[in-house]
Amino acid sequence: MSLAQTNPPEVTFQPDHSGGTGKIWKIFWVLSVLTIIELALGYFLYAKHGELGYATVLSTKCVIAILTLAKAYYIVSVFMHLGDEVRNLIMTIVVPLVLFVWFIIAFLADGNSWKNLRNTNAGSKPNQMEQVQEHHSTEK
Amino acid sequence: MSTTAIPSGTKWWSGGKSPFNVNYGKVMMWYFLMSDAFTFGAFLISYGTIRFSVNNWADPNHVFNSFPFAGHANLPLAFVSLMTFILIFSSVTMVLAVHEGHHMNRKGVEKYMIMTIIGGAAFLGCQAWEWTHLLTGEHVALLTDGTLGVIPTTVKMNPWGADLSSVEMMNALQKSTHEQLVAIASTMHHGAAEVHHNLKALTNQELISQISASGLHATHSGPIAFGGYFFGITGFHGFHVFSGVIINIVMYLKTKLGHFDKRGHYEMIEKAGLYWHFVDLVWVFVFLCFYLV
Repeated sequence: MSLAQTNPPEVTFQPDHSGGTGKIWKIFWVLSVLTIIELALGYFLYAKHGELGYATVLSTKCVIAILTLAKAYYIVSVFMHLGDEVRNLIMTIVVPLVLFVWFIIAFLADGNSWKNLRNTNAGSKPNQMEQVQEHHSTEK
Repeated sequence: MSTTAIPSGTKWWSGGKSPFNVNYGKVMMWYFLMSDAFTFGAFLISYGTIRFSVNNWADPNHVFNSFPFAGHANLPLAFVSLMTFILIFSSVTMVLAVHEGHHMNRKGVEKYMIMTIIGGAAFLGCQAWEWTHLLTGEHVALLTDGTLGVIPTTVKMNPWGADLSSVEMMNALQKSTHEQLVAIASTMHHGAAEVHHNLKALTNQELISQISASGLHATHSGPIAFGGYFFGITGFHGFHVFSGVIINIVMYLKTKLGHFDKRGHYEMIEKAGLYWHFVDLVWVFVFLCFYLV
């Protein structure tokens, strides 16, 4: 059944497709396990809602975000075969995406700044939300 | 099958060969997907900005806690996990179709393309159910005029704010009109017609005492931006899934008609596959931003 596939003229070096489907199924299991861990952490946040400290909630959410990035890496690298392409192509796709680092930090900081302005009447009064948090911590 | 290992130190830019070692169509598909990643990224980051700028955002575990045929059971994360696994699995069948294409196995490509199309259709069905559930849901919430109303989740309003205290609830009930009170009381009886008729005969005070005795759960209105972002972003993603299913159907028909056998390669399946995997990739981030955190 395995006939040779002809390649378009742009393809100077024919890629090796002789491998089996083992790697595909391995990545399927990796993605499934990562998703189950994410769900377990999400359920942990739900079950312990209101009991956890700010730092614990934030760090759990960061772990979930990092697991999501790992899933994205496996999908792009293996399922989309970007890992098998030549370095030139990989770089023209991946390097522009570095813009997201600035994009995410700048805009989330902007949102946070808006919240502070909202809670302090643009700096004219103390932050009510922070006061509430301090109040809770002195009670304990 | 003869393959050539790429020698180290290959001078890609010296002319005579494609520096990317792939054909035009595939390079352009990659650049399209990169630009689409920025579109989705901008949407999700804009959502994050608004979410960071308010004190109370809708809690996804309250909004998305239903499952088809499970009635009012509280099942946070359950339905969206099902949708996620459907999309992951259809991604696997897509990459298996690409694999069969590399080996010029037409029957194999056909089989896996059919499975991928079914997976995509199943995902769209799930999304249709989820949207319908939100758009037709009935929740009692405090409206901007200080009265209580029975509202669904739309781009203009949603009931996903914090819970009302019993004092706030009493004040709002006093301000509500007879019509609103009848609507609230009938949600407790799941809107049966004869009950609705009987409730209409009661006075405002009788309705209020009936409602407050029932321990009815009411909330503040949620952040208005929630509906627009949720329906906008999942809708844009769902539209990508829909067009992916159409593309996959076209690819299946072209495979069936033997077009790729005549051409000598199944590269079109690879390009459709890139698009399909991208749809899965975007869902991974939508899943993170709307449901998990």
